[in-house]
Amino acid sequence: MELNTKIEVKNLYFYYGRSQVLKDINLDIFEKKVTAIIGPSGCGKTTLIRLFNRMNDLIPKTRLEGTILLDKKSIYDPKVDVVEIRRRVGMVFQKPNPFPKSIFDNISYGLEINGVSDRRKREEIVIQSLKKAAIWEEVKDRLKESALGLSGGQQQRLCIARCLAVEPEVLLFDEPCASLDPISTQKIEELIRELKKEYTIVIVTHNMQQAARVSDFTAFLYLGELIEFGETEKLFTVPQNKMTEAYLTGKFG
Amino acid sequence: MYKKKENTIRWIFTILAFSSLFFLVGITITLFISAWPAFQEIGLFEFILGREWYPTYDPPDFGIFPLIMASFLVTIGAAIICVPLGLGSALFINELASQQQKALLKPIIEILASIPSIVYGFFGMVVVAPYLQKLLQIPVGQTAFTGSLLLGIMATPTVCSISEDALSFVPNSFREASLALGANRWQTLTKVTIPAAGSGISTGIILGMSRAIGETMTVLMVTGGAAIIPTSFFQPVRPMTSTIAAEMGEAVVGSTHYHALFAIGLILFLITLIFNIIAELISRRYRLKLGLGR
Repeated sequence: MELNTKIEVKNLYFYYGRSQVLKDINLDIFEKKVTAIIGPSGCGKTTLIRLFNRMNDLIPKTRLEGTILLDKKSIYDPKVDVVEIRRRVGMVFQKPNPFPKSIFDNISYGLEINGVSDRRKREEIVIQSLKKAAIWEEVKDRLKESALGLSGGQQQRLCIARCLAVEPEVLLFDEPCASLDPISTQKIEELIRELKKEYTIVIVTHNMQQAARVSDFTAFLYLGELIEFGETEKLFTVPQNKMTEAYLTGKFG
Repeated sequence: MYKKKENTIRWIFTILAFSSLFFLVGITITLFISAWPAFQEIGLFEFILGREWYPTYDPPDFGIFPLIMASFLVTIGAAIICVPLGLGSALFINELASQQQKALLKPIIEILASIPSIVYGFFGMVVVAPYLQKLLQIPVGQTAFTGSLLLGIMATPTVCSISEDALSFVPNSFREASLALGANRWQTLTKVTIPAAGSGISTGIILGMSRAIGETMTVLMVTGGAAIIPTSFFQPVRPMTSTIAAEMGEAVVGSTHYHALFAIGLILFLITLIFNIIAELISRRYRLKLGLGR
């Protein structure tokens, strides 16, 4: 099967103030595949994924060298509209963060800000998104209730639905199961496998088993450097780099 | 020995803590007792809805409707000024200001709150009122508008600091979620951050208004003192507080006039009490909605 590159990272360096967080990263994210980024805490994996939708723009005193291309166009080009990038590249965060609004309004919000003014159309997309995120059955009778009344796992799936509503091309998951129980985690993983049919997915995780279960490709990051990247199956069974092997076998972490 | 000392300290602090309850109950009872004869002699209905306030005429008129209207007019005017000023500064400090600007603005606003009200009044009487009189070509500079302007500035720190606190309590994850969906800063602010801080902001506004309606010295000095039902912002009025302050010295102790002034105080107290209860209810409801407990 042919692979199309959706996001291309080229000679990427990233700094917080004076400290270098990412060093010479070169990485291809393939279309409609799940790419996992693994590595010990502090290795820069969250920083890297947040560069894909320019969320690090919000942090003062950061500096970037190199390029990140989305469909062959640089997302850090000064002429690029950051709002447009964030609409095309959705993000699900570590801790579920639904708005303190009703379940319906949580999903509808992204549509309102993107100018979908027709109420009927909005309703349709909200229902569709909730179904896609596999939470419709659980919330269909309580759409007007506050989203904060949902369980953590439900909140996370609601956040996924919220992303889907604005029809992104890429979905970024930043340790989406870090604060969830095993059953909710399993549901999210099933969902990710389902979603990759339509979306390009990048997932950051510190859980190696999770990476092995859901991803097609895996990137191993250590101290801001990309140590190894390859098909998940190969990387987990015959790692090329000693460091990768040591990490996968639990020698450090 | 040690136990005994512990107990004594415990008692001292308990008494100190409950003293405010004692003061509240004491003041309320005194107000009621001193106001009661006024309601008996004048009649509650005539007192509150009466349109004439001539306490020293013969026979005297004790209708405080013009005074209530004046208080509300001045307070609404103050709100129109302090809400945009206070909320605007809070939004700027919280969302836009750099660290240095924040470090400069916050203490300045605190200092604004610490200026004694007599100084505001003096400033209003000597500077603002004559200026407005000239600028607007009105017969007197001491008007409801002058009072509103000064009260608005005085209430701004209250609105600002409470709103600013509320905004800073909005979790950053809400902002991030909104921006990640492709919202711009303005949309994030108006549709996510401000609604999430809604309780704190409305509490700030109500407490600011409650400060304005209870303020005495400034309004006494700048609103002119005419006890007529106001028809415009640009005429002298006589709010409840300044009536009490101006007339308490000349009212004969025990006379109907004296009791009527207490009755005004009681009504003022009830109005501010209602303001504070509303503020408390709003903030409690939103706290539940945000899932922050209590």
